This record gives sequence, C-alpha cells and structure tokens, in this order.
Amino acid sequence: MIEVRFHGRGGQGAVTSAELMALAAIEEGKFAQAFPSFGPERRGAPVQAFLRISEEPIRLREKIYEPDVVLVLDPSLLATGGVKNGLKPGGTLVANSSKDVTEVRGECGFNGRTAVVDASKIAEEELGVPITNTTMLGALLKAAGLIDLASIKAPLDHRFGKIAEKNWNALNRAYSETVIEE
Amino acid sequence: MGRRVGLEVSLACAEVVGLCNADVVAAYPITPQTHIVEHLSEMVADGHLDAEFVPVESEHSAMSCCVGSSAAGARTFTSTSSQGLALMHEILFIAASLRLPIVMAVANRSLSGPISIWNDHSDIMAERDIGWIQTFAENGQEVVDLTIHAFKVAEDSRVCLPVAVNLDGFILTHVIEPIELPDKEEVDAYLPAFEPSQSLDTANPISMGIVGMPEIYTEAKKANAVALEDSYEVIKEHWAGMAEKFGRTYKPIETYRTDDADTVFVTMGSLGETTMSAVDQMREDGINVGQVRIRLWRPFPVEDFMEAIAGAKTLIVIDRALSPGLPAGPVATELRGLLYAKGASPYVANFVCGLGGRDVTRAQFIEMYQTAQKAAASGEEMTCQMVGVKE
Repeated sequence: MIEVRFHGRGGQGAVTSAELMALAAIEEGKFAQAFPSFGPERRGAPVQAFLRISEEPIRLREKIYEPDVVLVLDPSLLATGGVKNGLKPGGTLVANSSKDVTEVRGECGFNGRTAVVDASKIAEEELGVPITNTTMLGALLKAAGLIDLASIKAPLDHRFGKIAEKNWNALNRAYSETVIEE
Repeated sequence: MGRRVGLEVSLACAEVVGLCNADVVAAYPITPQTHIVEHLSEMVADGHLDAEFVPVESEHSAMSCCVGSSAAGARTFTSTSSQGLALMHEILFIAASLRLPIVMAVANRSLSGPISIWNDHSDIMAERDIGWIQTFAENGQEVVDLTIHAFKVAEDSRVCLPVAVNLDGFILTHVIEPIELPDKEEVDAYLPAFEPSQSLDTANPISMGIVGMPEIYTEAKKANAVALEDSYEVIKEHWAGMAEKFGRTYKPIETYRTDDADTVFVTMGSLGETTMSAVDQMREDGINVGQVRIRLWRPFPVEDFMEAIAGAKTLIVIDRALSPGLPAGPVATELRGLLYAKGASPYVANFVCGLGGRDVTRAQFIEMYQTAQKAAASGEEMTCQMVGVKE
C-alpha cells in the first residue's frame, strides 16, 4: 500500500487531486481511498488531503501519519514546517516551487528523494489561473508512478469537461518538466 | 453483475436510493445535511430519478413530510445527521408507532456544544429507543447494500417499520472508494414495488395517529416492541436473499479472528476496519485478540452476540458517545446488562474514543488492549476511559 499526503491551501484543489488519483487507480482495478482533512472550507488556509492506493482491499480509516509520498501544491507551505512530518526516510517529496531541488530541501528540511516543478508557472500559462492541482498530478505521476499516466485522463475529462484538455496539457507539461533528485 | 466504480460514499448512497425507485425524498437541504441529499436533488432535477424532492424548512418538517408521504403509500427516503436528527426526535417515535417503512441514512456526527460538525455516535445514541430498526455500515459497500436491504425489510408486510442506516459522518460520507453498484434489474428483482397493506386514500378513508387512551397505550407500545423484536428473523431472511442475489453476505454480528481469542474488541461502524488492522498487527506479535462488530443495533441480536463472545475472557467495548453521569458509554452499558442477564462474566473494559472527529488509530487500539489487560489482571472494576484526552 502506498500512502500519499497532499498539502495545499483551501481553493487550490488538493482534495480534487487526491480524488482524481483514487478514481484513476480504482478504474485500473486497484483499491484506493481518497479523503479530505475534514472541516469547514476556508479559502487560503492550509489543508491536507489523503490518498491510499493498494493492490489489496484497504482496511484503515485513520489519517495518514507516515506517508510514502508528500505532495505540496503551494510553494509557501514548504518553509512553514510540517510538510515533511512523518514522511518515510525512503519516501518522496513532490513540490511546486520555482526554486531548485537544493533550495527546496533547505526550505522544508527533507533531504531524501525530492521532485520539483514550477507548477504555478505552468498552470498560469496553460490554464490562466494559478491553481496547481492537476498540474501537480503530472509531477506526482512522474516521481511516484502509482498509476499509468493515461489512466488519469478519463477522471480528468469527467471532472473538468470543456477545460479538461487544458488541464491535461498542464499535467503533461509538468510530467516532462519535473526534476527529480534521489 | 453490477459495476465496480470509484465513488464518494454519500453519492453511492444517493445512487442506490435511485436504484431503489424512491418516490419521495424529503430533507432539510443545508447544514448538517450531507451530499446524499444534495446528489438526490440533482438526480431528481436532472430527470434521472422520477421522485418528488421536498426541500423542507427543518428536519422536524422533513420527518413529518416523510410520515405523510409514507402513509400515503410512497417509498420514502430521507437523510440527516447530528442536530438534524435531534430536531427530528419527536417525529421519529411517531414514524415507528404508525408502522411506516421510511428509510433514513444517518450520517453519524457529534452534537453541539461546543459546535462540532465532525464524526461520532452522539446523535444516534440519543435515539436508541425510537423503535426503528437500526443498522451500522462499516464501509461504502455496506452503505449501498444496507440501504437496499433497509427498503426490503421496512416494507415487508411482516415488519412495516422504519429503518435507519447509520454511516459515519466524514469517515465514510466524504471518502472516495471502490464500490460495486448493482444493476437496476438486480435491484428491481430483489426489491419489488412498495405495496402498503393500508394507506391514506380519499376513496377509502382511514385514520392514522389517533389518541391512545390509557386503556390502549400500553398494548399499542407492546405491539410496537414485539414488531421490532420479530423483525429480526425477516432482517436475516432478507440478508440471505441479498447474499443470493448480490453475492455479499451479512450477519447481525460479525466476527473477526475470534476463534481462539482471549480478548475481543467490540465495535460499531467504520471503526471496525481500523480495528481489524490493529488485530492483525497484534496477532503477528502472538497476541490472541479478535473483534466483534455489531451491524444490527436494533433489534439487538442477543443470541448472536452471546455466541460471538462465548470464548472471550475480556471484552474491550468501544463507545463513540458519552453517557455523562454514568461510568460507562451507552454500548458498554447495554452489553453489561445483557451479560449479567445471561450469567456471563467476561471482564469488560470500556473506552470512549473518536469524539467530535478525533482520529482513532491502530496504535490506540493496541494501547487500549494493554490498558484492558492490566485492569483485567488486577481484577478491579474498570470505569470507562476516554482515549487520547489532552490533560
């Protein structure tokens, strides 16, 4: 079982990211679970979302405390502490940042496997808005695999309709532009 | 054979109410409402479900509207949680006493105050004695299956009682997971159209909900209680039918690794899955521990429960609600009474956890086990302990 914790700010779509991944994994025949950190929705406030993907049925209803992968949608969250909490030593940090891997590591204090992409820039250019949830899925798929890239297309189409293609383009651009250092 | 989909559990619940051909959905459409009703209103508005959606001004009105529509012979559904269920309180008894087969999904949540929208069982534990059949779902699949089963049981002419399907707020309602949604034809074959034995009809007028003078009130209540007790066999019968039609087996009480277990956790609702994982972890360390899950809460399956815990020396009863002023939670209180009546005397350790959305982890189950073992070894009575309280 792979456990992923998403860090974003209210309105950035962290919950949607986790949901799209779960839907794609289930469509592949896997078992998956996606859920938000429950609470009143507050735009701009730090939020978390959780994702489990497994080949076996998942029998757990607790939050994720020791993730295999942490995904950070908002660059400003990197330095505030907390994103690396519980992240397994052999785990992967996937971050949205205009900085390079060394600087990102310095900001968040995690020195393990790190993947970085400037998702805010890609989202601005491809979608016209700095909402990075779908863009960051490209980075997540590049860095952690989890499911086939193609599997995310159908849930994306279903969720975004007319603007699905733009999101798909942003996701693919992030997939190719993500820099990973072991 | 149905289809396997990834779906938020609330939406799956709404979809299955649609598959069950509900005629009327009456619900209060804002907090503490769930996505269940939101999605049902979409289904009706989009023409996917041919039903009357009544967005009433309060939950008191929601249940009143359900009483009216069910009395008129309509297959009736509603959903609520928390303060909403509390506001329905007085009408819940009426629905049961009028023998109306209303089905309600209760997304279990805490009661204020302090104001809380999060999960626990405070809402339903305050409604234990409403005279409804009450089941608890452990995951999204159970929500789907128990909802279909609820209509089948409620409308059975041998039962004619309302059914509450409990699913944990947020922990189930807001989670996307794989769910097998049955085909329409399969549901239709299992659940034929509702044919009430009597209903409000202007051509053949009858009275419902009349005064019960002291000469008749006791007998009416007795008849109601007997009906609820007798529903047990029908509930099991329709679970057997469900196993045949849908291939999934349900029992009033489920056991997990209890065969040689000295200590048994007793849980209800979604906590069951985390408990199972904790049990697996402890088993790996050579600890003989098992788990019993209460799926049918009313009518309480006494014999099934006694059989399930027969070999256990210690029971660890998990409560998700408080009974202030009594040194035990509501579930433990009931089970202690039952054990005493049956002359059984396992050591009962009682913990209250997961109040108001507090996460409950595998590690905490292991801690509960250790605390219970120590207490049992000391032989002294253990009062209810709250887990994870910040002192």
